[in-house]
Amino acid sequence: MLEKVKEIVADGLGVDAADLTAETTFEELGADSLDLMDMVMSFEDAFEVEIDTDSLAELTSIGKVVTYIEGLQK
Amino acid sequence: MVGKICGTGSYVPENYYDNHDIAKLVDTSDEWIRERTGIVRRHIVKDDTTVSMAVKAAKAALENGAVKAEELDLILVATITPNHITPGMACEVQKELGAVNAAGFDMSAACSGFVFAYNTAQAYIAAGVCKTVLIIGSESLSNIVNWEDRGSCILFGDGAGAAVIRAEDGEIKPCVMHSDGVKGEVLACESRHQRDWQKKEEAKETFLSMDGKEVFKFAVKKVPEVITELLEKTEYTAEDMDWFILHQANQRIIESVAKRMKVDIDKFPMNISEYGNTSSASIPILLDEMNRSGKLKKGQKLILAGFGAGLSWGATLVEW
Repeated sequence: MLEKVKEIVADGLGVDAADLTAETTFEELGADSLDLMDMVMSFEDAFEVEIDTDSLAELTSIGKVVTYIEGLQK
Repeated sequence: MVGKICGTGSYVPENYYDNHDIAKLVDTSDEWIRERTGIVRRHIVKDDTTVSMAVKAAKAALENGAVKAEELDLILVATITPNHITPGMACEVQKELGAVNAAGFDMSAACSGFVFAYNTAQAYIAAGVCKTVLIIGSESLSNIVNWEDRGSCILFGDGAGAAVIRAEDGEIKPCVMHSDGVKGEVLACESRHQRDWQKKEEAKETFLSMDGKEVFKFAVKKVPEVITELLEKTEYTAEDMDWFILHQANQRIIESVAKRMKVDIDKFPMNISEYGNTSSASIPILLDEMNRSGKLKKGQKLILAGFGAGLSWGATLVEW
């Protein structure tokens, strides 16, 4: 899942997936709230989950996104 | 019968607020607004009203289409900021135009209003009820915007756009409309008039409120869906379309829609930088600008798509 999340982030923000790790934060990538919403929708499509917009504040890094989605899939 | 757009017109107030003006009212900046919305300035009514702007746009559309006001048999006004509760805007516009042979009524479908009005006009024409229809989107959103809410006041502007649609031989083109009242609260404005006369409740000053994240998600999800649904009713694909004229809500929404549809962003014309989000007026203002600048060529295929409060969303196919 980490690789797929990285791929979506790389595509969404126009960065190289190879430069991304679980620890990479969206803040350091310069993503604003609209970038995050756009990626959230791609996560929803890719993993067939629904991400509550109230949870967005918690999703600060790639690793946190992975943990959050894994939680939804259980 | 099918309706064909034979004239377009638009009007915006001369007075405008740029992002620096807005930054004097709320804690924001030109850079912040530009990056997140694409908006540079928005025109705001000073002496105009929703009716006066509608009339000016309508006169321009009639002139552009060489149609006399007396030829109109229906006037549809899409608005959420009418001058009066009653009479409706359409009747006020009728009076100013001298469109004595037209019936008129208003449609409240917010940012989907112009597309809903266009589809309604097409249905009346296809049914043989009307032959010459004037449709207008006009808004003075500055009157319902909360000028202390930096999340929403930066977005909206005032203006009007209109189109005259004439019946000709042919079959009605596909049109699609949807509503989802369950999610209505994410973009709403309460009525300002007294709701219970027995409680002697004072009329409240209420404003437009918006959950930006939910609205973004709704728009970016539903617009590609509704366009796909529309295209499935035709023999065309997205590549066959010349223009996708979307409600000008936010440049970032339009960019996300284009990316999701895998269509070149150049096919999505935008003028949001100049006007902000003018709700029902945004599509006809853009359509008029494209018409008058010669960008729309005979035979071109356009998709108009609106989305907004209600929630409501819809799309329609136009052959120019």
